[in-house]
Amino acid sequence: MSAQLEQRVDVELPTEPSAVGRRPVVRWAMLVVGLIVTLALPWFVYPPVAMDIAAWALFAISVDLLLGYTGLLSFGHAAFWGTSAYTTGLIAINSGLPFPVAILGGAVVAMLLAVPIGYLSVRRTGIYFAMVTLAFAQMIYFIANQWRSVTGGENGLQGIPKNLGGLTDLVNSDSFYFYYAALPIILIGVFIAWRTVNSPFGRVLVAIRDNPARARALGYDVERYKIMAFVLSAGLAGLAGGVFAVSHGFASLQELIWTTSGKVVLITVLGGIGTLWGPVLGAALVVSLEDQLASSGFNGTGIITGAIFVVIVLAFRHGIWGTARNGINAWLRKRRQGARSD
Amino acid sequence: MPDARVSPLLETSALTKEFRGFRAVSEVDLAVEQGTVHALVGPNGAGKTTLFNLLTGFLTPTSGTIRFDGRDITGQQPEQIAHLGVARSFQITSLFDQMSVVDHVELALASPTGLGYRFWRSAGQMRRFRERAMALLGEVGLADRAGAYAGSLAYGQKRALELALALALDPKLLLLDEPTAGMGLEDVDRTIALVKKVSAGRTVVFVDHNMHVVGSLADTVTVLQSGKVLAQGTYDQVRTDERVVTAYLGQAG
Ligand SMILES: Nc1ncnc2c1ncn2[C@@H]1O[C@H](COP(=O)(O)OP(=O)(O)O)[C@@H](O)[C@H]1O
Ligand SMILES: [Mg+2]
Repeated sequence: MSAQLEQRVDVELPTEPSAVGRRPVVRWAMLVVGLIVTLALPWFVYPPVAMDIAAWALFAISVDLLLGYTGLLSFGHAAFWGTSAYTTGLIAINSGLPFPVAILGGAVVAMLLAVPIGYLSVRRTGIYFAMVTLAFAQMIYFIANQWRSVTGGENGLQGIPKNLGGLTDLVNSDSFYFYYAALPIILIGVFIAWRTVNSPFGRVLVAIRDNPARARALGYDVERYKIMAFVLSAGLAGLAGGVFAVSHGFASLQELIWTTSGKVVLITVLGGIGTLWGPVLGAALVVSLEDQLASSGFNGTGIITGAIFVVIVLAFRHGIWGTARNGINAWLRKRRQGARSD
Repeated sequence: MPDARVSPLLETSALTKEFRGFRAVSEVDLAVEQGTVHALVGPNGAGKTTLFNLLTGFLTPTSGTIRFDGRDITGQQPEQIAHLGVARSFQITSLFDQMSVVDHVELALASPTGLGYRFWRSAGQMRRFRERAMALLGEVGLADRAGAYAGSLAYGQKRALELALALALDPKLLLLDEPTAGMGLEDVDRTIALVKKVSAGRTVVFVDHNMHVVGSLADTVTVLQSGKVLAQGTYDQVRTDERVVTAYLGQAG
């Protein structure tokens, strides 16, 4: 019996105790279900809200890449989401280029901004890293607020067009069509995140998260890896922020303010860090809840989501997704043991 | 090796580390010749681990210099020193708890190749190191635990994995901080045999409290006490050195 077990260990390396999200069948099934839900979303949800969910999901995934996979809590990610929102808007307004090109430009600028910010903040860890990133984000907010001629100051940047060549009229006619036009950008972002965490680079990130000193002793340049992860993450936040700005047709200071950084961390932790699925779930819950509360004319949205956040984080330490996954795994294990003893 | 006699592989001069005025390592001159096995012994708190941290760049010396393989490495970063060919094991086992044993070794083997930067490749690429990783795990007696999480290993097995990781870097200089601490007799003997085997053509510096281990492995020995070098020489010279005997009898009482 034990010889048999050991042999199995040799054949299928490495053995992972988690069934959900590890067995290929389960992985593919989750992926298919996720895709169907994503494609069907604007049939059930008001399309602009569906678009918001998708954008915030990618934004939260970008935070998870740092928090869940690298062990860095960025409290300034609004800087990248917002900078890309403005840049995307400026490109779209001034050049008339198709909106995906404008969004790509926004993401590139967000990544360029992340190089110096990442370089200066990855030397800090834990709460100090969070504070440094917050400080930089506040600086960007301040600049945007002062630089009225470009950003429109408190009025924001109005009238961002949804250009898409011959399809321009169609995507402008109905936000339902815009959702499908913009969704590929979000999906590409999610794919990049998935590829990254399942790459050799992703392995090193997890090693750095769990034991940075050991990673260094193995010859890994921890700071460089952290900067790379930070810049990649900023690019994904930039893609998300660009989609958000084009979807709404404007970019405002709201995109750069610190509460936006807080909200995306909330969504990520609520959904469950280190899973990629968690942030998506968190975004769906928080964005649709906020929409419900807002359309019922309720003014204290922040208080409600904040309270729910506190309750969930206290009750489920691994977030909603992590808790559900652990529960299902425990149930599967029990069932298997039951089947064996029969 | 023509220049082996010309200059030692590792040489420190007046190496000193102070923690808020407290001298953990004090004016240490150490010379380790190429191809030799050198033991570092001394009571707890003597500064052995601190010395290792200085040699591997985890601590910056307060004063003094470190030369390795003909160049001054004082103040270099740990990952740079690792790339120059210095690998270490940690006294307090230091692993990635959520990673399988074989993944650890693959990660170590991938380090000099730069594969770690490829975020666009599949993690399956790491499997190109599988064969070599399994061979190393076989050497340290961990082949049957290759799929287990490092966090689930017994203490002696964690020590063995530490050794496999250091070996995976194929270093010129191997630094082992108490490789046999907490091991049963059988594992101690296996580790001795293993270090003997891998020290062929390599330079090793190790810390150990077990005099059987020191006697079986070491060509030369340095005795540290309160951060200072108390005695240096062959095992037999040091063992009979009056100061060492006094110091050890003094503390054994
Ligand atoms: N980071 C540190 N800060 C302050 N004191 C330290 C630090 N590291 C080690 N020490 C002190 O330096 C002395 C030597 O410690 P160490 O090198 O671990 O000894 P050994 O490995 O020989 O047992 C001890 O007194 C220890 O308390
Ligand atoms: Mg020690």
